[in-house]
Amino acid sequence: MKGRAVTGWVSHAVLVFGSLVMIYPLLWMLFATFKQNAEIFGSSNILPEKFPFDNPFAAYKAGWNGLTEIGFSDFYWNTIVMTVPTVLFTIISCSLVAYGFARFSFPSKKLWFAVMLSTLMLPNAVIVIPRYLLFNKLGWLNTYLPFIVPALFACFPFFIFMLVQFIRGIPRELDESAKMDGCTAGGILFKVLLPVMKPALFSAGLFQFMWTWNEFFDVLIYVNSVEKYPLALGLRISMDTASDVQWNVVMAMGLLSVLPLVLIFFFAQRYFVEGIATTGLKG
Amino acid sequence: MAKLNTKYIGLLFISPWLIGFLSFQLYPLVASFAYSFTDYSVLRSAKFVMFDNYIRMFMIDKDFLHSLKVTFSYALMAVPGKLIFALIVALLLNIKIKGMSFYRTLFYLPSILGGSVALSALWRLMFMKDGIVNNMLKGVGIPTPDWLGDPHIALFTISSLEVWQFGSSMVLFLAALKQIPQELYEAAKVDGASWGSGFFKITIPLITPIIFFNLIMQTLHALQAFTSAFVITGGGPLKSTYLVGMKLYNEGFNNFKMGYASAISWVLFAIILLITLLIFKSSDAWVHYNDKEEGAR
Repeated sequence: MKGRAVTGWVSHAVLVFGSLVMIYPLLWMLFATFKQNAEIFGSSNILPEKFPFDNPFAAYKAGWNGLTEIGFSDFYWNTIVMTVPTVLFTIISCSLVAYGFARFSFPSKKLWFAVMLSTLMLPNAVIVIPRYLLFNKLGWLNTYLPFIVPALFACFPFFIFMLVQFIRGIPRELDESAKMDGCTAGGILFKVLLPVMKPALFSAGLFQFMWTWNEFFDVLIYVNSVEKYPLALGLRISMDTASDVQWNVVMAMGLLSVLPLVLIFFFAQRYFVEGIATTGLKG
Repeated sequence: MAKLNTKYIGLLFISPWLIGFLSFQLYPLVASFAYSFTDYSVLRSAKFVMFDNYIRMFMIDKDFLHSLKVTFSYALMAVPGKLIFALIVALLLNIKIKGMSFYRTLFYLPSILGGSVALSALWRLMFMKDGIVNNMLKGVGIPTPDWLGDPHIALFTISSLEVWQFGSSMVLFLAALKQIPQELYEAAKVDGASWGSGFFKITIPLITPIIFFNLIMQTLHALQAFTSAFVITGGGPLKSTYLVGMKLYNEGFNNFKMGYASAISWVLFAIILLITLLIFKSSDAWVHYNDKEEGAR
């Protein structure tokens, strides 16, 4: 019994140490927002020498307002405008498609399902050039349509597959009895399946939110005017254009830019972990 | 009406994906293959040039092969590092003690923020020559390399950001570890097996399907890396972190050589396919599926 208690203590000690190492960079990032460049570079302390009580959030304010007339509040808004429809449309379109694959038989279904699964492996790099040219022709460059329209058309095999797996786990008897009661195919989806699918939908939505929020390569090529920049691009120019970078400001904006992700993660941790454990995707 | 309904209604439900797949995946795939044999910029129309792009890639343009080499080195550092940490931490988190979900959350957090520019910015700041990492090393008297300025170690520094985000692989390992029946370990203990042989003879074989899955996913991910190297070093110093993804971006979107960039993307695609295939082939030798013994489901 005593041996077990000791093992428990040792495990806790190892785990506390490990977690500290893991989140140390993030903690340091937080405290760096209260330091000036000289201290960020000159010291190995994590806590600021002198906490700026008189104006603690100076770096946040400076960053939020930005260097030009376009500030972080604009980048924030842009990110939201880009992310929210993308997430909503992804959930809607992918659940329709998943329902079709999971519950109906139709000509060449096996083939299409195999094609859908094989696109899981399709690297983004190989389709990026023609997509760019296509969106250019359609006049979608410098808008968020390159993100929103593919979401409308369920171009995310990850989520389709995940939802198909989830629907397969729901007993077909539920559908059958609803059908007896005169429910149509659409009615079954909306009244019977979607309510049961809530955890899976939430999980898919969270991942799509995270990926779109963090999206960098695609916004870099599709969005080219500063007033349309989402956070990722805004943050990059804030450290690459100024000749002497105020790192506390960059760190403050970095933290603010990932704050929604951190908050969502803490509130919905269960769904992230379940979503990963059942599908095991990305990251 | 009813009959048509039952036969085609499924097709109706998957039609958004069908349209999306044909227009945003299949068409671009075919088009990029066609473009790869052309000299094409957005301003001028495409001109068929046979294999010129491919010849140039391997015979003339030294940057391409170099960027391939950099990408392989990156994957060779990032993927095993990530998987080893993920497994070690999953083993630690599999012990039954209180507060596990709290620890799990902390270990997983970096993965959530993973691809964000914010973390690339943080890495750039931390690993500057007089950044916090070197200040700490100086404090304990360890040599302080120029993490991002020295071409020999810059790529290693960037891959460390990738390794730090082992959370999603870890969660998968953890789920797999929880599936292992405890009786196996108890039986082994009765037979006098040590912890080590339990680990190598029971744990590892039983989680090989997850090791395999993680290996495939993370390799695919690493071969396409872009953001961290682009934001942290911009490919430098001396192109030591110039990944294929960055080469593709430069040719396509800085030089507007769409044909050449398409050819690069196809070579990258072929390499990814080949490596995935090799891992799949090798899996017969080392991946142990439980289903086989239980009889196919």
